[in-house]
Order: sequence, then C-alpha cells, then structure tokens
Amino acid sequence: MKKSVTTFLLACALVLGTAAMALAADAEVQVAGLKVFQWTIIAAGFGIAIAAFGTGLAQGNAIRGAVEGTARNPEASGKITVTMIIGLALIESLCIYALVVALILLYAYPMALPIAKMLGLPV
Amino acid sequence: MEHPFMILVAILETIGLGHFAHAYPHVLYTWLVMVVLIILAWLAGRNTQMIPGKMQNVFEVVLDGIEGFQVDMMGEEGRPYFPLIATIGIYIFISNTMGLIPGMMSPTSNINTTLSCAIVTFVATHYVGIKCHGLKYVKHFMGPLLPLAPLMIPIEIISHLARVLSLTLRLFGNIMGEDLVLAILFILFGQYFVPLPMMFLGLFTSFVQAFIFALLSMLYISGALEEAH
Repeated sequence: MKKSVTTFLLACALVLGTAAMALAADAEVQVAGLKVFQWTIIAAGFGIAIAAFGTGLAQGNAIRGAVEGTARNPEASGKITVTMIIGLALIESLCIYALVVALILLYAYPMALPIAKMLGLPV
Repeated sequence: MEHPFMILVAILETIGLGHFAHAYPHVLYTWLVMVVLIILAWLAGRNTQMIPGKMQNVFEVVLDGIEGFQVDMMGEEGRPYFPLIATIGIYIFISNTMGLIPGMMSPTSNINTTLSCAIVTFVATHYVGIKCHGLKYVKHFMGPLLPLAPLMIPIEIISHLARVLSLTLRLFGNIMGEDLVLAILFILFGQYFVPLPMMFLGLFTSFVQAFIFALLSMLYISGALEEAH
C-alpha cells in the first residue's frame, strides 16, 4: 500500500515539475532537460551493474585462492580464512564506491543547476 | 524515501527539541553509543579480580583478542596505540549493529560519522609519524630514490588523502547500503519476515567492516612507524 502511494506521489511531482517548466520554457528545452536526467538514471543503473560484475569475478578469484591454499595445507586454514575475509572486504569496497556514485547520481542531482542554466531554464 | 521512525527522535520531540533531532539523528545515536559503551566499561572494570566475574571475563576476551591481533600485525612498538585502535573497532562495531534494531539508526550510516572516524585515523597516523621520526618523516613521502622525489611527493600526498576517502566511503557505503536494503524490505515485504536473512548478513558485515577499519588503521600507523626506505 505504501509503495503505490509513494510512486503515485513521485508521478505527481514529475508531472507538476514538467508542467511548471513548460509554463515558462520552450518545449524542446524542457525535453532536453528531461533527457539529461534520463541519461543519468541509465548511467547509474549500468554503473553499479558493471561494478557488481567485476566484483563477482574478483571475489570468486579470492575465494578460489583461499580454498586451494586450505586444500593444500589444512592446518593453516585459520590464517587463510582471516586473510580471505580481509581481502573480500577490500575488493567489495570498490563496488561500494560505484554504489555511492550511483546513489549520488540518482538522489543528489549533481550539476542540476549549471545544466538548467545552460539550457536556459529560468532558475 | 520517507523518514523512518526513530525512537530517540520521538523522545526528543516530546521534550521540544524536534528540530535538532530531525536534523542530526546521527549525533543523537552517537551519544547513545557513547553512553552504552561507558556504562559497559564501568560495569566491567568496577572491581577487577584475579578470577574474573562474567562481565570482566567477556571484556577480557574481547580486549585480549584485539591486543593479540594488533601485536601480531604491528609488532611490539605498536602497543601504545592499542587504546585508539580498540576504541575505533568497538565503537564502529556497536554503531553498525545498532541500525539492525528496528526503531534505531546506525550513526555510521551517515557520512559525517564515518568521515570523522577516518579523520581521526589520518591525524593519528601523521601525529605518530612526526612524533617518532621528527622532521625526517618527510622521507616517507620521497620514495626510494632521491631524484624521484618531485614525482613521488604529489603521488604520496594524493594516496594519503585517498586513504581518508576510501575509509570513509567503504564504511559509509556498506552500512548505508545495508540500512537502505533493510528499510526497503521492511516496506515491501515486512510481514513475511523477509528482512531476517538480510539482518544476519548485516550482523556479519557490521563486524567485518569494523574489523577492516581497525585493521587498516593499524596498518597505516605501523607504516608511519617503520623506517623509510
């Protein structure tokens, strides 16, 4: 129930936003402004997807090394496991950087004001 | 993303400090973590005995584990920095796990808290380096060969600043991401207990992230303590 309410409010905000822009700006300028935002949404989605793909490969490699090492020398399995966990957390942090950039693109609208000025919208 | 319900914020609203509570919930919850840690430490250290009671035993295990690991990593000269590392580790662990309790928020899910922890580590690293080596600490930045120094100094400075950024973003991204996923799962599927596996994963990553932060602080401080090449 809450999800449909939030999506409805979001749709209202989008419509009202574009209506407000249309009242004072040209139709092509308004479409251009929306296109910039569309491209940032697509970029955010692809960015985090590619980062997750790379992280999956890298962490798989790390675990492969750790398991092979443990198979050769089961007595060292404690130290190897600790080193593996540390390595996994460091690899994961690269994916987290991409996630933070994607969230910034989606929720913080960087460069919204300069782009609006460049497109000639009244800000 | 609507505002989640937080217990301390609601309590402060009844007092009348609603503006402060809504703007800075992470500060409120940091105070809560401080109070919890101080009370636990006071309870554990109240009357220490040779054969420890329950509370003292738990804390001895925790601190012994951290100290053993630290001396393993840093060597004997790193022993004076044990309070700093242990405080960072325990504080970040308690802060991270607090977000899993419904009605509370982790202070580390806000970038201000994690940035402050990273700045503490950064300042501690350089303070330790200057205290141990004096002005010769600059040799750490100059690289292996003297003619390479004009190339190495900007690279080293940028890499030191990147350490602050990476510590901040790693902790912030992990904890905020987990909080976000939990909030979304609560909103969508809360009644089928779907957030429960995510909470187990959250407990694990809270511990791992606190451990990694403390471990990297140890490595940076020991890098500042060692002799420059």
